[in-house]
Amino acid sequence: MKRALAWLSASTIVVFARLITAVHARWQGCEPRAVQRIYFANHCSHGDFVLLWTVLPAALRQTTRPVAGSDYWSGSRLKRFIGRDVFRSVLIERNPAQRDQDPVAQMVQALDAGDSLIVFPEGTRNTGDTRLLPFKSGLYHLAESRTDVELVPVWISNLNRVLPKGEIIPIPLICSVTFGQPLTRIPAEGKAAFLARAEQSLLALAMQEAGIDDEKLP
Amino acid sequence: MNESRSDLLLLLAGVGGVLVVATLIGQWLAVRQRGKASVAEAQVSVVDNLNARINAWWAMVILIGLAFMGGKAGVIILFGFCSFAALREFITLTQTRRDDHWALAAAFFVVLPLQYALVWYEWYGLYSIFIPVYAFLLLPMLAALRGSTRHYLVRVAETQWALMICVFCASHVPALLTLQIPGYEGRQVLLIAYLVVVVQISDVLQYVWGKLLGKRRIAPALSPSKTVEGAVGGILSATLIGAMLWWITPFTLWQSAGMALACTLMGFMGGLVLSAIKRDRGVKDWGHLIAGHGGFIDRMDSVLFSAPVFFHLVRYGWDVS
Repeated sequence: MKRALAWLSASTIVVFARLITAVHARWQGCEPRAVQRIYFANHCSHGDFVLLWTVLPAALRQTTRPVAGSDYWSGSRLKRFIGRDVFRSVLIERNPAQRDQDPVAQMVQALDAGDSLIVFPEGTRNTGDTRLLPFKSGLYHLAESRTDVELVPVWISNLNRVLPKGEIIPIPLICSVTFGQPLTRIPAEGKAAFLARAEQSLLALAMQEAGIDDEKLP
Repeated sequence: MNESRSDLLLLLAGVGGVLVVATLIGQWLAVRQRGKASVAEAQVSVVDNLNARINAWWAMVILIGLAFMGGKAGVIILFGFCSFAALREFITLTQTRRDDHWALAAAFFVVLPLQYALVWYEWYGLYSIFIPVYAFLLLPMLAALRGSTRHYLVRVAETQWALMICVFCASHVPALLTLQIPGYEGRQVLLIAYLVVVVQISDVLQYVWGKLLGKRRIAPALSPSKTVEGAVGGILSATLIGAMLWWITPFTLWQSAGMALACTLMGFMGGLVLSAIKRDRGVKDWGHLIAGHGGFIDRMDSVLFSAPVFFHLVRYGWDVS
């Protein structure tokens, strides 16, 4: 019963996301294949992982789990249902003081079960004017723990305009999700260099989008 | 109504016949290309795009045919959805920001449905001024209440423009159903068929003439594919076809030719104007939802510009209400 309800909710959310955003995927640097991946994306809205998940082929959706903050997704029964049962999120505690589990260990556990992950290395929603917030180190530790998993940069464009922070009614606007080339692995690279390279790969995708994405006036 | 339905079926059969021929030619070109050893990549993509366009035409014709069978409700729902998709494409390319959120929400979820509701209730006095006057006054208020002045006039003007093009102009297509023409009762859906066929066949013929004979470009900065030869050939041959379709209209043969000329000229200019906006925003297509064509506005641009003009010409010349 609960599974049927979860499936129905997932389908409804996908249809709704498509109706509002007409979202389309650009598989620029890789193909939608059933290999184990960590998709790392920019984070402007609670809908980010929904959009990324929507453009994945149905077969990949079954094995792709978003990593999300448990503080938000445990907020109400509905959020818990959507977070846990519909999207099978890996819920992590963002506040170090309240942790009883290591977030990286939780993510590695999900990888070891064979699933792919969607992560937002900025750690929190970016509501400012910069394109990206500095990455947290979680992505580095995750990448170090499982070196055979592909690291795919994903740029989600326009969703921050659909539903800016604090608004309730979404504005229908066309969004796109661009998948870049998987990061090459450089042995013994070091945390700072790795994170800088990961940030750069995302910004490069953002720049290609700039024709539509740029909010600057001429 | 019966006569109207048989005329409509005849017209749809004609369009279907044209599409069958187009499909055969497209497939023949593709097969011939595959047979050759070396073909330039650009040529392959032209044929691929042609076939994608023809396939999309099949889908569009079937959809419009179904909407016509659904009568007034079908037509209003179809064009209401087209307006929604077009407005979504247009607003995506504007510089609206957080402070426009209420205005944009009102544009999508209040103004658009209300405009089509007014068409449904055939309230000409209000739907012809609702967006140009009331939305024009209301939306800047909503934007002003949010308190930000940055690029205020640009943002407000872009939103109003989007509504005028995507909702106001588009709603004049279903509004054709509300015209009262003596001796033409129950046949108004054919006016829509006439407008759409004439304007779209003009686009197609401009493309065909342009590909066959096109040399001198009309506005290279706006649209690389529009040529003098294509435009003149397309508009004239579409006018001829429009004249030949007089039997589904309340017009005489010559009136029908004049109407077709007016619609194709407006349609041509519509394509040019909306291309100018695209180039300014640095994009090639308005969207991606209609394979081979681009977005809804790419396909509808000529209809959007010709619909209000056609509507008023018919209303002032033939309507008696």
